[in-house]
Amino acid sequence: MQTPILILVLLGLMAFAFHLGKTRSLATVGGRTGIRQLHSLPAYYGFYTALWAGLPALLIAGVWLFFESSVITSMVVAGLPAELRDQPPAQLGLLVNDITNLANGNIVSRAVDDQLRAAADHMNALRGIGKTALTAVALCIALGAGALAWRTIGPRMRARNRVEAIVNALLIISSLIAILTTVGIVLSVLFESFQFFHKIPLTDFLFGLEWSPQIALRADQVGASGAFGAVPLFTGTLLISVIALMVAVPIGLMSAIYLADYASPRLRSYAKPVLEVLAGVPTVVYGFFAALTLAPAIRGAGEAMGLSVSSESALAAGLVMGVMIIPFVSSLSDDVINAVPQSLRDASYALGATRSETIRQVILPAALPGIMGGILLAASRAIGETMIVVMAAGLSANMTINPLDSVTTVTVQIVTLLVGDQEFDSAKTLAAFALGLLLFIVTLGLNIVALHIVRKYREQYE
Amino acid sequence: MTTAESAASEAELPVPKAGVSIGSRPLDDDFKTVGNVRVNDARMSCTDVNVFYGEKHAIKHVDLDIGKNQVIAMIGPSGCGKSTFLRCLNRMNDTIDVCRVSGAIALDGQDIYDKKLDVVPLRAQVGMVFQKPNPFPKSIYDNIAYGPRIHGLAASRVELDEIVERSLTKAGLWDEVKDRLDQPGTGLSGGQQQRLCIARTIAVEPEVILMDEPCSALDPIATAKVEELIDELRENYTIAIVTHSMQQAARVSQRTAYFHLGHLVEVGETTEIFTNPRHKLTEDYITGRFG
Repeated sequence: MQTPILILVLLGLMAFAFHLGKTRSLATVGGRTGIRQLHSLPAYYGFYTALWAGLPALLIAGVWLFFESSVITSMVVAGLPAELRDQPPAQLGLLVNDITNLANGNIVSRAVDDQLRAAADHMNALRGIGKTALTAVALCIALGAGALAWRTIGPRMRARNRVEAIVNALLIISSLIAILTTVGIVLSVLFESFQFFHKIPLTDFLFGLEWSPQIALRADQVGASGAFGAVPLFTGTLLISVIALMVAVPIGLMSAIYLADYASPRLRSYAKPVLEVLAGVPTVVYGFFAALTLAPAIRGAGEAMGLSVSSESALAAGLVMGVMIIPFVSSLSDDVINAVPQSLRDASYALGATRSETIRQVILPAALPGIMGGILLAASRAIGETMIVVMAAGLSANMTINPLDSVTTVTVQIVTLLVGDQEFDSAKTLAAFALGLLLFIVTLGLNIVALHIVRKYREQYE
Repeated sequence: MTTAESAASEAELPVPKAGVSIGSRPLDDDFKTVGNVRVNDARMSCTDVNVFYGEKHAIKHVDLDIGKNQVIAMIGPSGCGKSTFLRCLNRMNDTIDVCRVSGAIALDGQDIYDKKLDVVPLRAQVGMVFQKPNPFPKSIYDNIAYGPRIHGLAASRVELDEIVERSLTKAGLWDEVKDRLDQPGTGLSGGQQQRLCIARTIAVEPEVILMDEPCSALDPIATAKVEELIDELRENYTIAIVTHSMQQAARVSQRTAYFHLGHLVEVGETTEIFTNPRHKLTEDYITGRFG
């Protein structure tokens, strides 16, 4: 039986088991009238039976599918004639590839001889056996476990508690997957970075003032010194993020205050979604707006004032990025300002405070943690943003804080390092991981500092 | 207290009109309040006050004076409009969009609903204490200093310190909190929080203090302290208090006003109202027959 069909059959079995379990639970107490004698609601008995009928079989199927190819490959290799088997691992790998291709009916890179044909037939036979065995085992387990669960059903059986225990386990597994993925990403970045720091000293990377990640592919290549100083990238990132936050924080905060405390509910119900649409515009659209509209305009304005402005400037990228992250600040701030209890507003008004005094001295301090959260989210968006910077701020790693110059950022350099052909263990490629690690540490540090500030200054109202 | 009460003309019908009965049946729209609504030295004077929440007519043709340096208690069953009426007195109803107020309310002869009048100084003159203690999430000191600061009442830190100490002393809280003025006001107990709110209100030196069920969230001991405080404050302030507890009304007030479904049914000296109510509805309510 094909795997998708097997899964469908198992699901069908589960539905059937649900029905059987529910019916049996009612039957043991003599129909609906005896429902109060059941420990749990009938549906829980249904779920209990269905879970036993489905989960173990699905688990077996999953484990088999995960290990199928490696088990079959090793069996095929074991069945090969000795002279083919005793090759270096790389050669053997190629041979196995060809056998697999032949078995799948794909193009083969060498002449097909009898031995190869035999191996491919062997593989196909093994796969067939595997599928049949899986179907038989899975169905037997499903029926067996389901039947056992069905037999234990009785008024005293605590079906609800057992179902909830299973659901609880599912929830734990789901959150573990999320956590483990994060841990895995961090570890892989960490190990690749260690490789990079074997080639380039850590101090050169952290404190070097020049970024020019060219590595010679051949020993005699010209202009391939390679400088991996991350400082210019981080100043560029910082410059653009600061410009973006200088746009987004005041505008976002003020629009949040207007929406939350001044606008009529009707206007608010229209204005807030429209503002949030800003966050839904793809960054690449912002990017070409910045590159084609804003950057030339800034250059024109600068030249009119006698300033020299490069055609790709940090200012253009920062301004557009600022507009992009306004909704992060405004929407979150608006929510937390609204969440400040009306009783605090009343208290302030009743003392003769004006609306603006109330907002400045009572509402904003009380809403500070949420507002900081919004700003942080916006800041991490700004630091991680790539597209706008690629298009509007350029690629040259200038070490400058002049917003009219062209700069580049960490994320943009990670992209350029990994685009195109290169060896995977060259310093150039590995530098991307080191940059990623450093970026991660910097944002983590920012978060911790901000959290600390919030904890110190927050005015907790409940 | 109210010398006007004895001199009041008895021409008004003390007898309930036909059609008035126990329960929720509305009174006629041209119903006249039993008892004397006016006093001789009125601090606030309300004439034909109506409040509408959208379509709902929440307060109907209420005339009432609030006498200087006395406590007036407003009682009545839930939803009778006593809190709504109280919130008219410092225009707190302005913050509710659908609320509309008509009629005249004067503070020391000045109409507070006059278009030219600014509501901010009004609220500094007519302070309010709410049902649930609502201290700001700031330090005890800053809670009290908030009002004086925004009104510029203190020229220096020393003066501000004095105001804070004086207000807390008046509210009977100074001895309990003088060693921890820099700690958050939200960390106090419920009764202390409510006295903190009263201290915060008197720190801006209002003329009138409105209290909207100030003890309904407090335990009996805290309630006793707040009631004692109200009695002391009467020397310097005019107080209007809404309460659900008739014992409280009897203990702290000199005049009592009984509201019923938006009407001011009866008003008079507290001792008079509780011993000898003239209107059937008032009698039913205070004897516990409904409400």
